Amino acid sequence: MKRDETMDRTRRAFDVANIRKDFPILTKRVHGKPLVYLDNAATSQKPRQVIEAESRFYTETNANVHRAIYELGEEATREYEEAREKVASLINARSPSEIAFTKGATEAINVVAYGWGIKGKVAKGDGIVLTVMEHHSNQVPWFFVQDQVGAKLSWIDVDDEGLLKMDQLDKLIDERVKLVAVTQCSNVLGTINPVKEIAKKAHEVDALCLVDAAQSVPHMPVDVQSIDCDLMAFSGHKMLGPTGIGVLYGKEKVLAEIEPMIGGGEMINEVHLGSAKWADVPYKFEGGTPNMAGAVGLGAAVDYLSALGMDNVRKHDIELVKYALEVLHGIKGVTTYGPEDMKHRGGIVSFNVEGVHAHDVASILDAEGVAVRSGHHCAQPLMERYKIPATARASFYVYNTKEEIDCLAKGIRKVQEVFG
Amino acid sequence: MAYEMYQEQILDHYKHPRNYGDMPDADLQATDNNPLCGDQLTIFLKVGDDRKIADVKFNGIGCAISRASASLLTMRLKGKTVEEARKIDKEDVLKALGIPLGPVRLKCALLSLQVLKKALFSKEMAESIGDTTAG
Repeated sequence: MKRDETMDRTRRAFDVANIRKDFPILTKRVHGKPLVYLDNAATSQKPRQVIEAESRFYTETNANVHRAIYELGEEATREYEEAREKVASLINARSPSEIAFTKGATEAINVVAYGWGIKGKVAKGDGIVLTVMEHHSNQVPWFFVQDQVGAKLSWIDVDDEGLLKMDQLDKLIDERVKLVAVTQCSNVLGTINPVKEIAKKAHEVDALCLVDAAQSVPHMPVDVQSIDCDLMAFSGHKMLGPTGIGVLYGKEKVLAEIEPMIGGGEMINEVHLGSAKWADVPYKFEGGTPNMAGAVGLGAAVDYLSALGMDNVRKHDIELVKYALEVLHGIKGVTTYGPEDMKHRGGIVSFNVEGVHAHDVASILDAEGVAVRSGHHCAQPLMERYKIPATARASFYVYNTKEEIDCLAKGIRKVQEVFG
Repeated sequence: MAYEMYQEQILDHYKHPRNYGDMPDADLQATDNNPLCGDQLTIFLKVGDDRKIADVKFNGIGCAISRASASLLTMRLKGKTVEEARKIDKEDVLKALGIPLGPVRLKCALLSLQVLKKALFSKEMAESIGDTTAG
């Protein structure tokens, strides 16, 4: 995005009608009805500024980064590195070298599980503390570490409202614990966890703290220095950016201790027959030609969000989720999950309609043009905790409106009619 | 598409599934799940000396499509020989359902058939009917 355009947007402030004009897909109709897209926790839609930035990279700047010495290659490298700077500034990292580009949050966590956990920093019997509300992407990589080196996993439970039982923290975090890995915002319950407090507890026993920020960085101000987490993972596609690009943030000395997972070009300083020296952070994590256009697109997404103001994005989320809870509580036979206090609640509402499976809810909502997710949301342990097979989930973003929540409510009444 | 999917027959079988329940003395049973949905289905079978299916029950968690499909499938099983039951295929199940299905919901519709095949081609089934080709 051009600088003057950014300024212009700031002046326009947070105007949803204007924001919607930036998202070409929102004019689409499904089953003859206007698309009401409420599956933002799965992936967000993209503004034309992001689509154009990616397209412009291919049209005007494409060359391999960090290799070519000709002008075009320099330009490509500059844009790629600018994207890194933008991401660093968004989360208040100390330096762009704390930002490694990955394919997404999942890959970022796997990089840590492999290069730190399996490659020698975790020994048999060492503890890794998770929570029962983690997405599979912050569960399964640690199962690898458990199975490979014999790490001992434990989980902080949630209460019925969906808040972490923080009193378990002291019991679970002892001297043998090497890592506490926790989501900042649950993709099912919408719970916002006290990650700063958790990081502090982890540091008291010299454990690291990894924050899964896939649902938080897109939706609220996140400051890695204030949280003081050692590692953080998030995805571009959930924050208006392209798919296939994500971020592993880490304090430099922590990243330095992680072995690379992908060997190849760009990630080396020198290679001889049979041996190599890794490049410095963050490049040692970026083996192979990276997703350059994706990074540039993510940079444009960060520009877009920054211009809106992350405080405003968060406020808009709260306004919508508050309204959605009010409306859903007003429909008999609908159960919602997660905290009611907006202080602990992101823009996500999981719900069930009595007597109807979540898939059937989603199918009928689809017929009304309303796109919601249904299933276990890649959080089966949490579903087991609440003894439910599935939920339907509406999740909001900057372009959603209260009118769209009314469409959701109307759709739910249709569901009850069909199954009544 | 959604409203075509929820025809009277589907809703009827969802709300009043036939052959739904437990069978503690089943000759054999099989369970499988749909990892996409977290849905789970178990089918219980009782096979007579004549290799005919004497009784069938199913239970589990599923959406309307998955449960109606299981209900309809079990209705067709009683009295069939194991060989006949083994021949039931995808087309038969979809024909019985008689509704348009996208690729995602197809998995829901076919879960019951998948579980049935698991039971019919299991080692236990092969042993109980003296079949050495299956299992």
